[in-house]
Amino acid sequence: MPFYVSPEQVMKDKADYARKRIAGIRSGVVIAFEAGILFVAPNPSRALRKFSEIYDRIAFAAVGRYNEFENLRKAGVRYADLTGFSYDRQDVTARGVANYYAQVLGSIFTDSQKPYEVEIVVAEVGKTQDDDEIYRITFDGSVADERNFVVMGGQADQVAAVLKDQYRDGMTLAEAFAVAIGALSTPLKGDGEAAGGRSEITATQLEVALLDRGRPHRLFRRLTGARLEALMNGALPGKKETGAIADATAEPGEGAESAESTD
Amino acid sequence: MGADSYGRGAFGPYLGAGTSSFTDFLAAAAPELMPGTAGTAGAATAVTPAGGAAPGSFASGLTHGTTIVAAACDGGVVMAGDRRATAGSMIAQRHMDKVFRSDDFSGIGISGVAGPGIELARLFQVELEHYEKLEGHALSLDGKANRLASMIRGNIGAAMQGLVVVPLFCGYDEDTGIGRIFSYDVAGGRYEEHRFYAIGSGSVFARGSLKKLYSDGMSADDTALVCMQALYDAADDDSATGGPDVSRRIYPVVATITADGYERLTDEQAGVYAQTVIEGRLTDPDGPPAPLHQAGTPNGGRNALPSG
Repeated sequence: MPFYVSPEQVMKDKADYARKRIAGIRSGVVIAFEAGILFVAPNPSRALRKFSEIYDRIAFAAVGRYNEFENLRKAGVRYADLTGFSYDRQDVTARGVANYYAQVLGSIFTDSQKPYEVEIVVAEVGKTQDDDEIYRITFDGSVADERNFVVMGGQADQVAAVLKDQYRDGMTLAEAFAVAIGALSTPLKGDGEAAGGRSEITATQLEVALLDRGRPHRLFRRLTGARLEALMNGALPGKKETGAIADATAEPGEGAESAESTD
Repeated sequence: MGADSYGRGAFGPYLGAGTSSFTDFLAAAAPELMPGTAGTAGAATAVTPAGGAAPGSFASGLTHGTTIVAAACDGGVVMAGDRRATAGSMIAQRHMDKVFRSDDFSGIGISGVAGPGIELARLFQVELEHYEKLEGHALSLDGKANRLASMIRGNIGAAMQGLVVVPLFCGYDEDTGIGRIFSYDVAGGRYEEHRFYAIGSGSVFARGSLKKLYSDGMSADDTALVCMQALYDAADDDSATGGPDVSRRIYPVVATITADGYERLTDEQAGVYAQTVIEGRLTDPDGPPAPLHQAGTPNGGRNALPSG
């Protein structure tokens, strides 16, 4: 006979657990700009992705436990492809995908012993910047409709404060990238010494992707290699102070943890 | 407890490692949407009331797609399909598309009963994209061809009732840099074709034409013209294949698949090839003759009979 625990206590414990775990995760940024929506996050792993394609105009971004958000990513692709196949490609919308995630995360939060330690964003690029849609879904299934930019992960408040200050409509890709990098490196300035001193951020420590409004069919693409280098050089013209991010060693909750089993 | 503790019960096949195949997922999550399932039921009910009518007689009244040709060119492959669909002896469609882009580097042409054929092409498109999204990289060209074979095998029940669908699959092989052609039979047999191939009701005539006009290493431009000639010859002798419709400006669909990806020619571009063929046929109704005597053959390419 198990001990009685009140539902309030169960929910509170689960929420506290999830919040605590997410607080330790490094932030990622989703930011709208003139020609699309840009995704930037520190990610030392080249194999385990935080950003990916859901459908033609819709992308997925997540931070947290890799195996959990990978599960959600696959479910989202399946949901989107099934909807597009049974109706039409234009009937797959970010709002539909976000609602689906809200249901999945909500029922996992209430039904399972351990909530998912994830924070996800579903973004859809529209015909113009005004038509862009960005949804943020948290571990308990609540959905927030965001405009212009959204920050996921532990230091979201600090990063969002910088973005709020520097964001403006109609930025170019290079400008949006510079703003995102500047915002992401802000929380690390304080503990730069603790991380063994700051070093120049390199393209291999970043995962960058975008939904490109100007492309036909499928708009999602990754920025890697030479293209990313070029963007980095434009974003950081010798500005070592503002553009530097502490050496990216994998933190708990990041890619390095992926091999860990949840059971 | 494992599965339930993640709330998978309610979201069934969506969550979890599962499969990267959309067809397999569809069969688990929404089997009623699988091509072939509804088709077989419909065919069975429609055929039975006729009282002993052969299954084929029902299917023959349905819309059929006809001829598709494909030929390898320098650095890729060219596909072309006529625009006619027939229902029995009637023309059901004058402007039907039977050649589709299946992903960036491959295309699929369909002949046979049009409804299930288009559905197969649509499912195949989703299948390739779904795999690419879930796995993070595209299937190999052989992988795509094999996948299509197993999908056709899944349609065999409907095919036995007369709803026969036979595709032609072409793609650019990114590993080797060449265009490749795959043909299929109703049972899901997969056969790699070399140089050129044609399927559908006019394929016999198209293949004869290709055999005489095709040569190795042709440019994409020349290959497109060869395909247009072959379709003209197919339409010339097969009533179910439509030739270029000059008055309505409806021309065969022509697509090239090269390192630059799948590209369907615009109607204007396809119209240029069609006009070239038509103008040639005004003076030479049977098309360009192939040389009878080949250089470098024994006996100087001449036949053995005395000319006197």
